[in-house]
Amino acid sequence: MEILVCVKRVPDTSENEIQLNAAGSDIERDELVYSINEPDNYAVEEALQIVGRVGGKVTVVTVGNEDDEEVLRREMAMGANHGVLISDDTFAGSDGRGIAAILKRFVEQGSYDLILTGVQAEAGAAEVGGMLAAMLDYPFASLVSAIEVIDGNKLKISREIEGGNKEISEIDLPCVLSIQTGINDPRYVGMRGIRAVASVPIATYGVSDLGLDPNSVGAKAAKVQRIDYFVPTVGKGAEILEGSREENIDKVLELVAAKGGLK
Amino acid sequence: MVASTQAAAQLGSWLAPGYALFLCIHFLGVGSFAYIVMRRMVPLVRAQSDLRFDHPLERLGRVGKFWLGQWKHPRYKVAGTVHILFFAGFILLAMRAFTVLILGTSPDFVMPGMRGELGHVYEVVTDYAATVVFLCMIFAIVRRVVFKPARYEVPSKFGKAHKADAVFLLALIAILMLADSLFEAAKAAGQMQAGQIAHFSAAYSLPWLLKTVFVSASLSSIGQFCFAGYLLHEITFYFLLCYRPFGIQFHVETSLFNVYFSKLDREVLKPVRWDVSEENLDQLTSFGVKTFEDFTWKHMLDFYSCADCGRCSDNCPANAAGRPLSPRFLTIKARDYAFQHYPMFGPTGNGKALVGGIYSEDEIWSCTTCGACEEECPLLIEYIDKIVDLRRGLVDEGRVPQSLQKPLKALESRGNPYGKMEKKRSDWINAKDFQQTCRVKTLDKNGADTLYFVDSITSYDERMHSIGRATAKILEHIGENFGILGAAEKDSGHEVRRFGEELLFISLRDQNAEAIRASGVQKIVTADPHALNALKHDYKNVPPVEHISQVIARGVKAGKVKFNPIEGDKVYTYHDPCYLGRHNQIYDDPREVLDAIPGLRRVEMKRSRDRSFCCGGGGLMLFYEPKEEERIGVKRVRMAAEAGANVIVTACPFCMANIEDAIKVAGLEGKMTAIDIAELAEQQMVREIPPQTKSTFEMQAECVAGR
Amino acid sequence: MPAIFTYIVHRGGVVDDSAAELLAAARQIDPAAPVTAIVSGAGSDLETACTTVCASYKEVWKISYDVLAYPNAELIRKALVKVLPPDSVFLIPHAHFGIDLAPGLSIKLNAAYVSDVVEIEGVESTFLKVVRQEFGGQVSAHMKCDISSGAVITIRPGAFKSTEAGAVAGAVIDKSAEVGPLTAGRRYLQTIMAESGDVDITKYPVLVSIGRGIQEKDNVPIAEELAEAMGAAVSCSRPVVDAKWLEKSRQVGSSGKTVKPKVYMACGISGSSQHLAGVKGNPFIIAINKNPKAPIFQVADVGIIDDILEFLPEMTSKVRELHGVAAK
Repeated sequence: MEILVCVKRVPDTSENEIQLNAAGSDIERDELVYSINEPDNYAVEEALQIVGRVGGKVTVVTVGNEDDEEVLRREMAMGANHGVLISDDTFAGSDGRGIAAILKRFVEQGSYDLILTGVQAEAGAAEVGGMLAAMLDYPFASLVSAIEVIDGNKLKISREIEGGNKEISEIDLPCVLSIQTGINDPRYVGMRGIRAVASVPIATYGVSDLGLDPNSVGAKAAKVQRIDYFVPTVGKGAEILEGSREENIDKVLELVAAKGGLK
Repeated sequence: MVASTQAAAQLGSWLAPGYALFLCIHFLGVGSFAYIVMRRMVPLVRAQSDLRFDHPLERLGRVGKFWLGQWKHPRYKVAGTVHILFFAGFILLAMRAFTVLILGTSPDFVMPGMRGELGHVYEVVTDYAATVVFLCMIFAIVRRVVFKPARYEVPSKFGKAHKADAVFLLALIAILMLADSLFEAAKAAGQMQAGQIAHFSAAYSLPWLLKTVFVSASLSSIGQFCFAGYLLHEITFYFLLCYRPFGIQFHVETSLFNVYFSKLDREVLKPVRWDVSEENLDQLTSFGVKTFEDFTWKHMLDFYSCADCGRCSDNCPANAAGRPLSPRFLTIKARDYAFQHYPMFGPTGNGKALVGGIYSEDEIWSCTTCGACEEECPLLIEYIDKIVDLRRGLVDEGRVPQSLQKPLKALESRGNPYGKMEKKRSDWINAKDFQQTCRVKTLDKNGADTLYFVDSITSYDERMHSIGRATAKILEHIGENFGILGAAEKDSGHEVRRFGEELLFISLRDQNAEAIRASGVQKIVTADPHALNALKHDYKNVPPVEHISQVIARGVKAGKVKFNPIEGDKVYTYHDPCYLGRHNQIYDDPREVLDAIPGLRRVEMKRSRDRSFCCGGGGLMLFYEPKEEERIGVKRVRMAAEAGANVIVTACPFCMANIEDAIKVAGLEGKMTAIDIAELAEQQMVREIPPQTKSTFEMQAECVAGR
Repeated sequence: MPAIFTYIVHRGGVVDDSAAELLAAARQIDPAAPVTAIVSGAGSDLETACTTVCASYKEVWKISYDVLAYPNAELIRKALVKVLPPDSVFLIPHAHFGIDLAPGLSIKLNAAYVSDVVEIEGVESTFLKVVRQEFGGQVSAHMKCDISSGAVITIRPGAFKSTEAGAVAGAVIDKSAEVGPLTAGRRYLQTIMAESGDVDITKYPVLVSIGRGIQEKDNVPIAEELAEAMGAAVSCSRPVVDAKWLEKSRQVGSSGKTVKPKVYMACGISGSSQHLAGVKGNPFIIAINKNPKAPIFQVADVGIIDDILEFLPEMTSKVRELHGVAAK
């Protein structure tokens, strides 16, 4: 099975508070370190496990610039066979649709049975996989938490739905799946593995290599644009409720509901 | 001379009918043993190289101490004493056994130098030695069968019990002693009847007792007893010789070599490969131990040498907490593997992965590298290097628990396991109230004589900030010109290395070493024993390093540090951190510091000093989620309670994290507290500033720290 | 101004709360714009759902197909492409079905797509200005969305509050005939219900998290009952797991799970940094603790100084009471 995994390099912000730059146009990136988007890493591991079971090859692709080669190499150190960097100045400012359009052209140049993405990246949009599938007219499933290859042209998949329940479906190949974290236990990539692939060539594609219309991607084609970033104001210390227990319970229930918790 | 010639003639006449048989048995026995040993050598020849041929004099000294001197044995009083007794017996009897063997075909043989009075004395001594060994065997059998010491039990998860084998071997030795005594007694009884000697010297020895039975028998029956004794001795001797390499008594043959080739510098971790330099590591196709053949020959010799005495596991904190690791079975399982896959006949080796086969992943990750097993092993078997080698193999295959992947990745990208920003590494020096009392400089622009190497947990874990601040205040108080590396400091990599990620360790080490050398400091102080151990043994070409407890102890001796009397009726106990105590033998300095505090009542826990019980493991072990029945730290806290203490003094931030956590889990909150030795020393230190002012500062500091 | 459509999620005829929230969101886009609910499904469940929705929407479009008895995003996308007028604005909750459906729909409609919107600031010429969160909720961003050729927007569940009292007696229009035959490359087989020991606490918007204050294993059901009544999950701090009162899978913290709920109820949790390290995404933290000095009060949004062993059971009965009323 030929599997393509679309990955992204994102700032690792899990342990550090995010600061905004003065203009609010971006987060302060100087001191951030970048790594592979976590769900994408699960997707690569899943692809490797599928290939381990049924044979085939795994290609990882990212849309970005030369800095992003780092994550391609990391995934190749995990075991991916090929890394592909799609990079062009005209891609700057692309929205999800733009990225999907770029990937679509790349997919059409190859022959992939299965395309995986992580469920979402740092922006939490969860959009590119579904868009890519629609552009290719491939079936799509999001939040996939288990994959079983039934035969050469079908998969049995499990999706995470509400309450920890699992929705089981059958899906025709080729298809696009967005992979949920926790679907597997990704293998560790050590310094040694990364060094081993440090000089492996990475294929690079630009706008013309893909036969893309420059006007169909980038900021000018984007229907959605970010105006600015801002930090929601947070109060210091708890507001201590001084009422009676009954009043406090009512207040808590009201707050839980207001915060979107209570159904 | 006439008498001995006559005796030889008599012996010769008794044994003559068996010459051909004896000779056959000799050849068969020696030949079989040679073949067996040759087959046992096969995996060692295929194994990885190991650098063990250096320092012959030092090694001989260790043989004298640990092998001949049985140095570790008295740590277990009963078993140790018994072992010393029969070991001494064996040593004494060795020459006699060979002499007896030769007598079968050369009845007039006498060992050179043993013809005169010395020979007589030797005979008397060995008569008693044989008796002692015989009694020891009977005692050991009774102990195994009737009293069943717990540490010999084999949990079902580790395979079947070896008791039958052990008892069988003990019985064989008893039979050997009996046969020897039978032979000697018959020989003497014959001589007495012939009037060659008047009495038997070794009164009440086993041969003496048998002789008194024989002496009234006819000369021909005595001759038959002599023949039987000889034959039984010869058969038992060779059977034992050839049977031992199949079980726990192989150590009789291998122990001498195992001790001679034992590790001289126990604190220094084994390199990935002895025959590949660090620069060439990249060329290796595989890292660490994945298959049995990836072990070094010395580690295989360890497997052969284990006597299954169970002392390692008896002291292992992971085993005590019910983690899936028992050092004893780490060895036994490997030996069983070797016996199975390197049999006496047929093809050898199968090259299958050890982890997933005889070992589980959890087993390999469960070790805290505390070193208690190695401290205890009478045969100096190594464990930490093997565990680390097995981990290197797992890391190389990407088989790392998810809980460890995140901190390892963060160490790679940020130089600390928490993934926090480098610039926040020195946040702990910037707390306002601390800055008012103590200014700590970073060594990026300023120079200093001394580097305080803080390491990650003290830098980033808010609870541990007070250890860092106390350390800084003490250094300032004793007048050290010191500073920290700040953002340039990376994790020491101590646990990174011990968790098998060698290349990441090398990268962290190189960054630190460069920063340290660039800072121009003359010496290094740390309050983190893991950093101490790394800088001392894992790093090269960095200035000498000391633990803060050593600095305080010296300050106390020099009169630079004086303590205010401690108030209250608290009882203190000192918990030896593994990497301060066992791995670096710093046991006394912290105790001297505590004892210098007037009014401090200190008790020792049952397990202290080199038998200290690990807190649960530092570094990356804090992130690992072991499968265990009870947390190691909880066991340790209970030990402190048993000792009657209500304050546990530690000298390591990881111990602090584990012990404070364990106090809560054990439900001893309010009854037990923990404090770091630097915190305690700083709190009690007599300062020049008026005590009134001091306590105000401290109250503020405590408020902040407590928050 | 374009027409606004909302997609109504229902299960077995029971309409999801998001139906009202989407309407509230639609009002924020343009209070004057017509809002139409689209309900798809089959059989009596669909009829029941339509009836419910008619109470709050003036116009309800019904798409009835046997194959839609279980919602299949691909089939529904194909149906929507047929029925939605050009340049419509289409709203759907940002949950597992919306994530499945919306991105592809936006492509097929050639409409803009914004996901997981938490606030809507309004429309200026053809641009809609909304707020969404990035980096796991650590920062928010204003987004500008060109809706001149329509838009597909997923709305964060719970972010919009319904202010309208539902009594509009809307009309149901059956759009099924416009749809035509439906086939998909993905076929639903079955749903496997989560086992009780199989709860993934990272997926719950509300966590009732317990610490040492629960005191003993026998008290754990107090929290479980409240969680069940609220549709929340029970999580805990390390001591609770160490004491084997709950499974490891329930533990929040640096050695447990990292959770990003919307509301985190810290019950009898002191709030160690190790524990708080597992609470991410800036949730609304409600701390209930007997000890007024518990550090959890430093980080909580709201604090109550009370004994959880008394507070939680009373809260449970209150929630049940409310639910009972709501169901009537």
